[in-house]
Amino acid sequence: MQAQRFPEQGLPDLSARRSRLLGDGSRRGLLLSTTSTVVVLAALVAVFLLAPGSAQVRHTFFNPTDMWQALVGDPKAGYYSVGEALWLNIRMFVAAEIGILIVGLFVAIIRQSTGPVLLPLRVVATVYVDVARGVPLILIIFAIGFGAPALRLTVISDQSAAVYGVAALVISYSAYVSEVYRAGINSVHRSQVAAARSLGLSQWASMRYVILPQAIRTIIPPLLNDFISLQKDTALVGLLGAIEANKAAELYSDTVFNYSSYVVAAILFLILTIPLARFTDHLIRRDQARRLAGAPGVSGTGQ
Amino acid sequence: MDRDTGRTDPGASVSPDRADALRIQGLRKSFGPHQVLRGVDLTVAAHEVICLIGASGSGKSTLLRCVNLLERIDAGTIWLDGQEITGRGVDENAVRRHIGIVFQSFNLFPHMTVERNVTLAPMKVLGLSRAEAAAQAAELLNRFGLGEKRADYPDRLSGGQQQRVAIVRALAMRPRLMMLDEVTSALDPELVADVLDVIRELAEGGMTMLIATHEMGFARDIASRVCFLADGEIVEQAPPDRLFSEPSDERTRRFLRRIVDAGRM
Repeated sequence: MQAQRFPEQGLPDLSARRSRLLGDGSRRGLLLSTTSTVVVLAALVAVFLLAPGSAQVRHTFFNPTDMWQALVGDPKAGYYSVGEALWLNIRMFVAAEIGILIVGLFVAIIRQSTGPVLLPLRVVATVYVDVARGVPLILIIFAIGFGAPALRLTVISDQSAAVYGVAALVISYSAYVSEVYRAGINSVHRSQVAAARSLGLSQWASMRYVILPQAIRTIIPPLLNDFISLQKDTALVGLLGAIEANKAAELYSDTVFNYSSYVVAAILFLILTIPLARFTDHLIRRDQARRLAGAPGVSGTGQ
Repeated sequence: MDRDTGRTDPGASVSPDRADALRIQGLRKSFGPHQVLRGVDLTVAAHEVICLIGASGSGKSTLLRCVNLLERIDAGTIWLDGQEITGRGVDENAVRRHIGIVFQSFNLFPHMTVERNVTLAPMKVLGLSRAEAAAQAAELLNRFGLGEKRADYPDRLSGGQQQRVAIVRALAMRPRLMMLDEVTSALDPELVADVLDVIRELAEGGMTMLIATHEMGFARDIASRVCFLADGEIVEQAPPDRLFSEPSDERTRRFLRRIVDAGRM
């Protein structure tokens, strides 16, 4: 839908992108920025290497052998592969993300509704958003993960830790995401609603065909931001006993008494989150460029 | 009520053999403490073209928005083709289906192509199939010189083209009444003529229209009747040659004098 709407805009060319990263892009600027980067990095490495406990830290956190063993795992020795465990993080992330997008939209639409009949639902939605945003995620995870099994209900009490974890993530994040949706809906100008309603479209049809498609365009960057944070927060589900990457790293360090496994987990999370972060930045920049170019339709004076 | 002041010219009243397309009686609307409409009476016969003139803030736009039920009215009654549309339990979507409105700022849907802008409501509201709606859109767009813009997005069009698309979008609902709210005010001067030509064509085709405008020359050309609004009332209404050449109310005279002084007529 994105590419379709602005067919004339492709990717910004690479030189423009590089100059943004490095300063003004001139030869002198390039030299200066390279030098300062090297100096700063060298200083940091020097501090790390020359610190009194450097050798010990390197052995405990950055031991290549331990890192490799943690990555591939060895069930016979009592620990799992951090790499394989990451697969659970990814699955939890995707499942939670789908749930969040749906529940968040639902809550946002209820809170935006105006009819007097829906007042009770609006109150429930508002209380939910306040509570879910106000309670730390970790407490929600405990509440669901230990509370649901304790109820001893069929189905509800028979799920795995990962399922409870996803449920807790959905409950917590949907509250934030519903506010993002709401901001997006409010960012669409009132005149668009008037135009849609004046054609005889119902309130729902106006929302579905006119308001939401425009709102979603503006909220994609903030939504992706929330999802970067969601990717990392899947690690908290390990607290319920699910063997995800962080939990696997913990089991390794408990067994071998070396923390390099945590560094492996950290690197794996970075591999997941950095592309998404770069993609988000790219979308934000593209949006800015678009706004600077100015849509001719807005001024009404034409091209 | 002394609402008869609005009808200073009996010659302009509607002949009884034609049904009233629109009738407004005692319409009042306030925004907070600000009274925008203080009892408007207006009758529009089928195929009549009514131009509303008056200073900015005189209530022209609000009047149109009230007729389209985009604003909740405080008092008064509106009938469309003899049916009351301001009563309780009236389906506002059904009413709007029959009334087209075009706004000063076009308000095209920026995320849709021209064709989709025009076909959306016929498909979703009238239940036309995609093919039917597209055929109708193509016909209307061609008629108004927009045929090759069909697949473009609104931000690729000039203001004049966008406004013509907005008119086509309203026409695609086959409205019984078209309302135009200062549709040329946001346009560059050289783009105005194209849009006025479209409106003229509609008038010649017999479309019943209620037009709020600052284009006095155009109003003079096209209107069957011109209504001058001031202070939330229709101060004077008459056929254009009479209203522009021998206005009877002092406020009308003052307004027209200012227009002439500004070189706009």
